Amino acid sequence: MSVNRRDFMRMAAVGLAGAAPAAEARADADSRISDAWMGMLTDLTLCVGCRKCEWACRDANQLPEPKPIDAYDDKTILEQRRRPDALNLTVVNQYDASAGGGSSAYVKSQCMHCFEPACASACLVGAYRKTAQGPVVYDTSACIGCRYCLVACPFEMPAYTYNSAMQPVVKKCMLCFERIIEGKTPACASICPVEAITFGKRSELLQLARKKIESDPQRYVDHVYGEHEAGGTCWLYIAGRPFEELGFPSNVDTTPYAERTAQFLSTVPFIQTIWPAVLMGAYAFSQRRETLAH
Amino acid sequence: MMNHTLNAAAAAIPLHRSRSARAGYRATVRAWVTPFNVWAVVIIAAGLPITYARFTQGLASVTNLTDASPWGLWIGFDVLCGVALAAGGFVMASAVHLFGLHDYKPLVRPAILTGFLGYFFVVIGLMYDLGRPWRLPYPLFYSPGVTSVMFEVALCVALYLTVQFIEFCPAVFEWLGWRSARQWAVRLTIGASAFGVILSTLHQSALGALFLIAPGKVHPLWYSPHIPILFFISAVAAGMSMVIVESTLSHRAFPVQTAGHDITEMDRLVLGLGKAAAVVLMTYFALKCLALAHGRHWHLLLTPYGAWWLVEMLGFVLLPCVMFTTAVRKSRAGWARWAAVVTVCGIVLNRLNVSIITYRWNAPDRYVPNWREIIISLMIVTLGLLSFRWIVTRMAVLRDDLSDAALLRPPTRFSDGAMTS
Ligand code: SF4
Ligand code: SF4
Repeated sequence: MSVNRRDFMRMAAVGLAGAAPAAEARADADSRISDAWMGMLTDLTLCVGCRKCEWACRDANQLPEPKPIDAYDDKTILEQRRRPDALNLTVVNQYDASAGGGSSAYVKSQCMHCFEPACASACLVGAYRKTAQGPVVYDTSACIGCRYCLVACPFEMPAYTYNSAMQPVVKKCMLCFERIIEGKTPACASICPVEAITFGKRSELLQLARKKIESDPQRYVDHVYGEHEAGGTCWLYIAGRPFEELGFPSNVDTTPYAERTAQFLSTVPFIQTIWPAVLMGAYAFSQRRETLAH
Repeated sequence: MMNHTLNAAAAAIPLHRSRSARAGYRATVRAWVTPFNVWAVVIIAAGLPITYARFTQGLASVTNLTDASPWGLWIGFDVLCGVALAAGGFVMASAVHLFGLHDYKPLVRPAILTGFLGYFFVVIGLMYDLGRPWRLPYPLFYSPGVTSVMFEVALCVALYLTVQFIEFCPAVFEWLGWRSARQWAVRLTIGASAFGVILSTLHQSALGALFLIAPGKVHPLWYSPHIPILFFISAVAAGMSMVIVESTLSHRAFPVQTAGHDITEMDRLVLGLGKAAAVVLMTYFALKCLALAHGRHWHLLLTPYGAWWLVEMLGFVLLPCVMFTTAVRKSRAGWARWAAVVTVCGIVLNRLNVSIITYRWNAPDRYVPNWREIIISLMIVTLGLLSFRWIVTRMAVLRDDLSDAALLRPPTRFSDGAMTS
């Protein structure tokens, strides 16, 4: 993404050379980050793949078809590659040891709670909201079920209840927003037996992640996933292997995805003002030509 | 034709016991059993139970949509292709009403009708696809999400559907014999055409812009920051080509309606449109190459997806462009008609490539439409064709406007004397 490219688009869409520089909004990206935002840090080197967080999540969100906690001891499911769905807002996947040795890694995935969520910018009824506390929450009351948010999310996190005829909804992790409001810790973080998931202020978690990496560079790759991905996310990860090997999308932008479409929408006023002038000019011209012809 | 059918059927009812009536009835049935009618009955019969399942058991029961591939055929074909192919309405209306190309007047009404029905059935297709179609007005009247490209699409399509209805009103009012209403509607034409151009520019490009937010999912050869312009330009070419295809088919399907047309004059118009389409296709081709160069994706041309991209670009953009050019140079309207068919196929291919075929191109689990989705798409197209036939066999769409004297007559409705005599 570069200023040039955007300017090109704007110019071509509008037919105007030298349109206003497009980068105004970019400069103060950092100022949009709120210090009040809470977040999570998942240390993938600690995760043992017990799937307790999956159970806790399903339980806390009162999702249908609950399963007893023992059912989650079944490790065969780790052989499949899963993504969050309407019944499991978070899932744990196993990544076998890399060729270079080491042991299997387990990756818990769920909504990343982006700073500037693509899902929210994509929703045509504003069903998503970035709360002051950090979680990105979704409200069913206006959702029309177009599923553009599923298309938009760069991490492919939201899911849809395709099997509901009358009340289909989007399902995704809300970072236990209700619990956070009550001062409680999100369900997955509170159940994790090895404390692989830490709940706290996003800004402090980033410091913690950096400190962990610095204090044990052998253990961690030097990358806090979520620090810059998609413009920054409230959920952070650190890991012992490159994130591409662990199923994380490696081609994510470091600028918010919403900018890509915002750029297009900013051309709308140009089209609205320039087209009528051009068309009316053409009309006047053709009228005049006809008058002269007669 | 259906008119004969209806006349005969109406006549047959009170007399159905007499022998001659029975013979007439049989003749009616035979006249009715055309290949298209049989197709329509079969496809609607197949579509109704699927429709029932869709609205009682949800999308999962009839589609192959997943969380990873949330958009399938109903968006990729019914909506994206439907809107692009319905662009003829705004192209022809602006050419004639704003740019003063009055020669093309005979093509305006069929183009506007095609456009209106196109958009109307896009909305019908959307009703199948939306999780809660009854909330369709929400984005406009209850909870607008103005940061969404989808919101812009919704707003423009809603307004444009209205505009096209207004543009088509004169034909409806003529049919109903409402003279003063017709005069009033005609007066709105210029404004409606201009508004239609603005709305079309916005939402044709916005449909492409929908995918701007999914750079990691659409294949880089099809993803481009310029995708809004590419969608708009290609829609113009699609619209022009659809006008040619539609007029060609109408001549075959509705000989009574088009009896008054001068064949050489029609050929001249087709060639004129072909010339314009060639220019537009050339521009489109150049922009596609520019986008390719800009993204520095040349190396991808050597991959299988690159070959597929070349098939689309050479076989369905450059080829029809050359065909149009040759047709114009040699004055062969027939070639231009074939070029139009290829262009239409090319735009359909492009929209499917962006939304389905290359969407999540590198993922292991790919979407393939369920046969039920295909049936519903076919049913919607069929309903569109049926509506087109119903309207053109009644209103002055293909034939010339009714004169003022004709307007004083009562509406023709089921008695088709005016058309068949
Ligand atoms: S990860 Fe996806 S669903 Fe979650 S906030 Fe970001 S864009 Fe939205
Ligand atoms: S599916 Fe619902 S939440 Fe998602 S973009 Fe559409 S209306 Fe918004």
